[in-house]
Amino acid sequence: MATLTLRNIKKVYGDVEVIQDLSLDIEDREFVVLVGPSGCGKSTLLRMIAGLEEISGGDLSIDGERVNELPPDRRGLAMVFQSYALYPHMTVADNMAFALRLAGVSREERMAKVGEAAKILHLEPLLDRKPRALSGGQRQRVAIGRAIVREPRVFLFDEPLSNLDAALRVQMRIEIARLHNSLDATMVYVTHDQVEAMTMADKIVVMNAGHIEQVGSPLDLYHHPESLFVAGFIGSPKMNFIDAKVSSVSVDGTTVALSDGTEVTVPVSGGGMSAGDVVTMGVRPEELKAVTDDPANPGDLAGRVVVAERLGGETFLYTEVLGGQTLNLKGPGAMTYRVNDAIRLRIDGATCHLFRDDGKALPRLARNPMADLDAEPVAPSAAG
Amino acid sequence: MPTSQRHKLMMTLLGWVVAFLVFFPVLWMFLTSFKTELDAVSGTPNIFFEPTLENYAAVQERADYFRFAMNSIIISFGSTILALLFAIPAAYAMAFFPGKRTRGTLLWMLSTKMLPPVGVLVPVYLIFRDLRLLDSHMGLVIVFALMNLPIIVWMLFTFFKEVPKDILEAGRMDGASPRQELRFILVPLSVPGIASTGLLSVILAWNEAFWSLNLTTVAAAPLTVFIASFSSPEGLFWAKLSAASTMAIAPILIFGWLSQKQLVRGLTFGAVK
Repeated sequence: MATLTLRNIKKVYGDVEVIQDLSLDIEDREFVVLVGPSGCGKSTLLRMIAGLEEISGGDLSIDGERVNELPPDRRGLAMVFQSYALYPHMTVADNMAFALRLAGVSREERMAKVGEAAKILHLEPLLDRKPRALSGGQRQRVAIGRAIVREPRVFLFDEPLSNLDAALRVQMRIEIARLHNSLDATMVYVTHDQVEAMTMADKIVVMNAGHIEQVGSPLDLYHHPESLFVAGFIGSPKMNFIDAKVSSVSVDGTTVALSDGTEVTVPVSGGGMSAGDVVTMGVRPEELKAVTDDPANPGDLAGRVVVAERLGGETFLYTEVLGGQTLNLKGPGAMTYRVNDAIRLRIDGATCHLFRDDGKALPRLARNPMADLDAEPVAPSAAG
Repeated sequence: MPTSQRHKLMMTLLGWVVAFLVFFPVLWMFLTSFKTELDAVSGTPNIFFEPTLENYAAVQERADYFRFAMNSIIISFGSTILALLFAIPAAYAMAFFPGKRTRGTLLWMLSTKMLPPVGVLVPVYLIFRDLRLLDSHMGLVIVFALMNLPIIVWMLFTFFKEVPKDILEAGRMDGASPRQELRFILVPLSVPGIASTGLLSVILAWNEAFWSLNLTTVAAAPLTVFIASFSSPEGLFWAKLSAASTMAIAPILIFGWLSQKQLVRGLTFGAVK
């Protein structure tokens, strides 16, 4: 049971402002993922919430109470570190019970709580081992167990999966998501991996260079990115960006011309734009279609395949069109295009995005229904 | 023979040569201690001789070896424990809560080792006289602890620096106060480092002669004073001096050998990741 409120949070190292005036609300039981490229300040922000890093300015409140000056353990938080940070000289059970031991909890109660957490995480057979005798995934589970035992108001995760191999990462991702459901806890999770963010979050906070670019549900960010940065960061493979010029603005959308004169009408509001303005058009690789030559559709872009990556179930084609512009296309596994084959790409204007030259997106005329799929929070009692 | 293998052989050979050069004086002293005085001073060094224990008997007759040895043990271990008590918290603070002047403080501490001890001999002597610390265990314990403190802080600082910060931060999240962090996390994790630092401190204190000779006479005199007393005005007695020296280094040699095994075991302790 905890809400977190950040108001005008700042972090300054010497003369460098690494976080500027950041405000964010985290609801009770929400799974919030802070995501961004390295150096964007997401880990610093998490460490400030944890109390490991001093807050240079602004207010941090937990359940409405200002906690800026409280030491970490008094904030009622638990943190899972990227390096697991287990105590190497203690057994798994002692690692998990350490906080309780410091708090003066009796031995029986400690063991009972550790046993409970171990059961949730399937760690029971490992309780007497030292961390060095565990695999990476097991260590990660112990680190999570250490957090669970404390019964914190908020769980903090600092890139907890980045030291695991790919298969284990997927498995732990599912386990953490499941844990979030069963513990009904507020969780704040930092990662640079947008797939982790998309799959686990109730709410994603995209950070860039010390400020928040956009906050929203995963599909909200996917369908309605507010900036070029978010559009490029969310989604894999990355969105294609094509230079274009506005040719006309109407109530049905904004029509732009590509460098070869091809016109595309995108259903976004062109308020403030006029013919001739330079814009960037974004189109996701999964929305690009490879088509056969069709004289009825003069809008197709002709080009050739540069690289073909076949994953079995899907194919990524890297194509060159418009005299050197690279466009990526994600298609079904059964695509037969080879390197150097000629290809025609069809852009569906309805799926495109337009960005002004300052990087801001032109707002879409209609909400994508998928973007609001999870807008209503699931009633917590339904699960129990 | 491939070059890498030849290189390895050369390095091994070089290693042995260096080791022998370092060890030779000790070996020669050990051999000399079993010779008669006549054999000991003979111009042509001989390895084959009839060993005798008469030097050891003579040494023990002249001075009570065990009293000196006991003094050495009390003073080296006492000064090491005292120094560690101060150095562990100091190195902890410097490694994990560095300030603007931490680096400077460390260098300044080390710079005190560059001052020749004789420069402060008179003031220290006078202070000790007034405090009645001359020829006392406590006096030498304090001097040796202070003498070794810079090196001990430096060594511990480097060992503590190697403990991942995350682990201490995890401790802080778990509610450990700085003192509890030190006691439950940092010290147990740094046992090998603390042990090797302590070992070095014991050896340095054991070998110290300058302050021992100047600040003690009989009651608290350690083994270095015991050896010095054999280079007497009556002339040098090589064989007896060798016997005394062998007896003086024997305890620390045995101690070092035993703790070396501890240390090697300690070095394989707890990997973090």
